[in-house]
Amino acid sequence: MILEDNLGPQGDSIYTALMQAHEGLTEIESHALNARLVLMLINEVGDADRIMALLQVARTPTPAA
Amino acid sequence: MAYDYAPFPYAAPPGLSAPEPRHPAVIVGAGPIGLAMAIDLAQHGVASVVLDDNNVVSVGSRAICWAKRTLEIFDRLGVGARMLDKGVTWKVGRLFHGSKAVYNFDLLPEEGHKYPAFINLQQYYVEQYLVERAQELPDLIDLRFLNKVTGHTDKGDHVVIDIETPDGAYQLEADYYIAAEGATSPTRKRMDLPFEGQTFEEHFLIVDVEMEKSPFETDSPERWFWFAPPFHPGQSALLHKQPDNIYRIDLQLGPETDPKTEATEAKVIPRIKAIVGDTPFRLDWMSVYKFRCAKLENFMHNRVLFVGDSAHVVSPFGARGGNGGIQDVDNLGWKLAAVLSGEAPDTLLDSYNTERTHGSAENILNSSRATNFMTPKSPIEALFRNEVLNLAETHPFARKLINSGRLSQPCSLHGLPLQSGDHPLVGQSLIDAPLGDGWLIEEAQGAFTLLIIGNEAAPATLGLRQLHITEPGPELARRYGNGCFLIRPDGHICAHFETPDTDQIATALARAKGQTQ
Repeated sequence: MILEDNLGPQGDSIYTALMQAHEGLTEIESHALNARLVLMLINEVGDADRIMALLQVARTPTPAA
Repeated sequence: MAYDYAPFPYAAPPGLSAPEPRHPAVIVGAGPIGLAMAIDLAQHGVASVVLDDNNVVSVGSRAICWAKRTLEIFDRLGVGARMLDKGVTWKVGRLFHGSKAVYNFDLLPEEGHKYPAFINLQQYYVEQYLVERAQELPDLIDLRFLNKVTGHTDKGDHVVIDIETPDGAYQLEADYYIAAEGATSPTRKRMDLPFEGQTFEEHFLIVDVEMEKSPFETDSPERWFWFAPPFHPGQSALLHKQPDNIYRIDLQLGPETDPKTEATEAKVIPRIKAIVGDTPFRLDWMSVYKFRCAKLENFMHNRVLFVGDSAHVVSPFGARGGNGGIQDVDNLGWKLAAVLSGEAPDTLLDSYNTERTHGSAENILNSSRATNFMTPKSPIEALFRNEVLNLAETHPFARKLINSGRLSQPCSLHGLPLQSGDHPLVGQSLIDAPLGDGWLIEEAQGAFTLLIIGNEAAPATLGLRQLHITEPGPELARRYGNGCFLIRPDGHICAHFETPDTDQIATALARAKGQTQ
């Protein structure tokens, strides 16, 4: 599981592309896009142990600011 | 103490009584960009007239963050040391989410540079220092305040300019007309040039307050940025220190705001008290604004050249406005001087357009991304933004995604036509290093320079300044290695050679001057 930066100088352009992928979608459509994307990324990672670890971290609530 | 806005003197221009000889360059606008342009041209031996409809420096602090590269350019123009001396030096940006510090970045973690990552200095001081520097060059710079340009006509090989003064109207002729009038550029409007880009709907309040007690809890001033701070719920806030105990506070107000009622003491004072508590303060200046990221498609239209905000505007997050404009000046000065003296063909000016539209596009890209991150346009954008901030408290990868402004960096000209070869330093601006009792930037800017590091013999004269360092210090050795670098007058490295071969250097030099393609 990689929780250090793995995007380097491409971080901003990738984040921008993610926002652009949502442009013009309704909230329901955006949720659907996110679901599809997560499923695709899980397949991309392709390693059950890493996916389980990622799910656990994502599930851990971060303290509200 | 509030700044003393002393007016600059006005004198009736000679053109009112008799036609003046044609001037090589007329610069419209005596802001930091126009003034720096006049000084740069003067240092290359080109006389100019600077016209401004006003007679006082910028009212309000406006541009305050001056980047390292800008200070290195100002060093060459003769005001860098004075700015550094007066300015507030900083290099750390600290990010908060709510009341928690989540991340900080150091913009210059290493020693061995004459100038720091950033200083903060009010635009009015910068303009004052530039005017005083320009006045040291009276044979080459003719400053004309209260001279308002009302029209101009491009005649193909020169430009005719219509000017109004308190004593009446007159005309000037110029080989080149340089528009440095700021974001509202009347020249651009007169020429009906499209100025396209993204407009942001958010309003921002900027306030300068004077107070004795520092609101920073750190020993030295930093750039503090908050997402959703407790004192300004749901919005962002930015804090900077300026000289004279003046603090810049920048508050996001959202899109549904009436700028007129917001820019009042009744509204602003409670907002400041929410931040500084009972600390006494004096309101120095305030403004409510929206901004755009936009640029001209071309910065050059025959004999009319656009520099600074006349050519491009960005949102302020990243300090890429004034700093971008100074890089325009740096790029244009030596080229225009070389064209006017006949040393280079006038097509060299095409490279000003190519290189600076490239730099400006990079600035717009970065400042648009920062502004988009700060002002989510939809619930889904807000959701992602907030989860980035939440993840950042624990996970380093998310900290890099937080975008409160990617601060101004010198633009690389790598791969653009005046440069030769693909060494990684080609196209970059000089990386400073100690050199004897001084600094590399003091020795290698202002004229084409051949920097030779190592024991290679210097080549026969090429009409080129040579800087031969046989025993480089550790910083110079680490930053450049061995070899030979051709440096343009604007401090950009345009070629690298393993050994100083006269023919190769001459070829790269001709290319850098636009004499060959």
